[in-house]
Amino acid sequence: MNVVVCVKQVPDPNSAGQLDPATHRLKREGVEVVLDPGDEYGIEAGLQLAEATGGQVTVVSMGPEKALDAIRKALAMGAAKGVLISDEALAGADALTTARVLAAAVKREGFDLVVTATESTDASMGVVPQLLAGLLDVPALTFAKHVEADGSTLKVNRQTEAGYDVIEADLPALLSVTAGVFEPRYPSLKGIMAAKSKPVDRIGVGDLGLDGVGSGEEVVSVQPAEERKAGEIIEDDGTAAQRIVEFLAAQKVI
Amino acid sequence: MPGKIWVFTEVLEGKVVPVGLELLTKARSLGGTVEALVFSPEADQVTSTLGEYGASTVYACTDPGYQEVLLGGPAADAIAQLAGEQNPDLILVGATYTGRDVAGRLAAELGVPLITNGVDVSANGDTIVQTAIFGATLVVQSKLTGKKPAIATIRPKSFAAEPGGGASPTVVQVTTPVAEKHKKARVKERVVATAEGPTLEDAPIVISGGRGLQDPSNFDLLQQVAALVGGAVGASRAVVDAGWVPYAMQVGQTGKTVKPTVYIAAGISGAMQHTVGMKGAKTIVAINKDPEAPIFKLADLGVVGDVLKILPQLIEALKAQKG
Repeated sequence: MNVVVCVKQVPDPNSAGQLDPATHRLKREGVEVVLDPGDEYGIEAGLQLAEATGGQVTVVSMGPEKALDAIRKALAMGAAKGVLISDEALAGADALTTARVLAAAVKREGFDLVVTATESTDASMGVVPQLLAGLLDVPALTFAKHVEADGSTLKVNRQTEAGYDVIEADLPALLSVTAGVFEPRYPSLKGIMAAKSKPVDRIGVGDLGLDGVGSGEEVVSVQPAEERKAGEIIEDDGTAAQRIVEFLAAQKVI
Repeated sequence: MPGKIWVFTEVLEGKVVPVGLELLTKARSLGGTVEALVFSPEADQVTSTLGEYGASTVYACTDPGYQEVLLGGPAADAIAQLAGEQNPDLILVGATYTGRDVAGRLAAELGVPLITNGVDVSANGDTIVQTAIFGATLVVQSKLTGKKPAIATIRPKSFAAEPGGGASPTVVQVTTPVAEKHKKARVKERVVATAEGPTLEDAPIVISGGRGLQDPSNFDLLQQVAALVGGAVGASRAVVDAGWVPYAMQVGQTGKTVKPTVYIAAGISGAMQHTVGMKGAKTIVAINKDPEAPIFKLADLGVVGDVLKILPQLIEALKAQKG
């Protein structure tokens, strides 16, 4: 099967995120950016499913020019081709706009399966996979914690609040994977070298035949949240366990 | 005025999933007409509850065919069709797994904006959804400006659910059939993970573990504490990603939101990804050997020490207290 994996470059999750005070958009300047760690699971899932069924992986990303680094990492892991959609008109795009752009790019490539993470680590909107499946008019096999391919059928364990659902689906479909579905591989040196000569299409909104992209929502204010106050900090001198018991008793939970 | 607000509700084992009642309570406070959507063969068991919490009309789809497929696709089709006839202004959906599937597909179907992970909604003229970002350190107010209906997913436990003494609602049967295309993904089995004791969402005490526990086997210490106090055990994303414990135990941005009376963070440093899921607890106890760990900034009682030494002592002390 041919797989398209959608990925995003995000500020390093280990550094604190910041918003530009003027535009209310994510600050990207002077911030270390990385391939979203959640996307590494999606790339790995795509590679394993494509390898098992004799197909290839195309990786698609929407973002600034710098997001080419994220695509290169996916290529180094084993993807065959990259598509980067960069356009000033897309700055501050909302979830629906993002999904429209990705849907147009995915359709242009052709696919049996589209793979995404469940949500990006920075914005965490968590609905782009569902929007994308809706726009592509294919089933959304969301929150997969286990995936198996059997010919043109996928078997997926989908996370639920109560446990999980076992889903069987015909292709084409969209799959969103949770962290831990497969252990992502590290790019090998050979992979990193090979990635440099793999094709990457760099396109804009106009190439996708989309116009009038914009956001249906507007940020009206950003304020610091009310902070909790730190309470008493004690150094354990052997009596800390007793102090915790007293605390629980004072809260009337024991 | 918000006009007409729809609340998407889910049913589990004959009961309304709590976030549905939380959203009805909130919708009621915004004024205007409040109506509920429910897709379940057991819908007739919950209509009076939905009325009591504020729904004047319940759109109920009891077609069992919806349960044999992933609900997101066909539910979005049915709601989109209804929305075309009834013109709601705002659709509120709980940010559950299925809620996210329905809201996303519906927004794609209707071509309307969607705000996710809301923690509050106001509707004085414009519909404003409040979200909390960067580990809930910043509060963002966003106005929905596009086509109506606007759709917002709201995190569970953002509001308390309170009955409003509403009368029996008008029930409108939804008879849209499941389209063939949705039958390409079929639910073969629903596996319910059975756990002892209360759930993370309901427990008065939640004790969660992180990397500081050093080894997956040490989660047993948390299980023992939980069993002694009638609590539930949670985990940080780091140890879930490492495969120590199942995803269902994860507390945080990408996991569950909990609001217990006491939250005990054992060997968790307090990354924003985690704290967003627990900072709504009434009180927080943190145990960590690093005095600089950010979790101590949130803790009502912070213990700087070795969690592997303190937990066995805590278990003994709790046993002694029980007598």
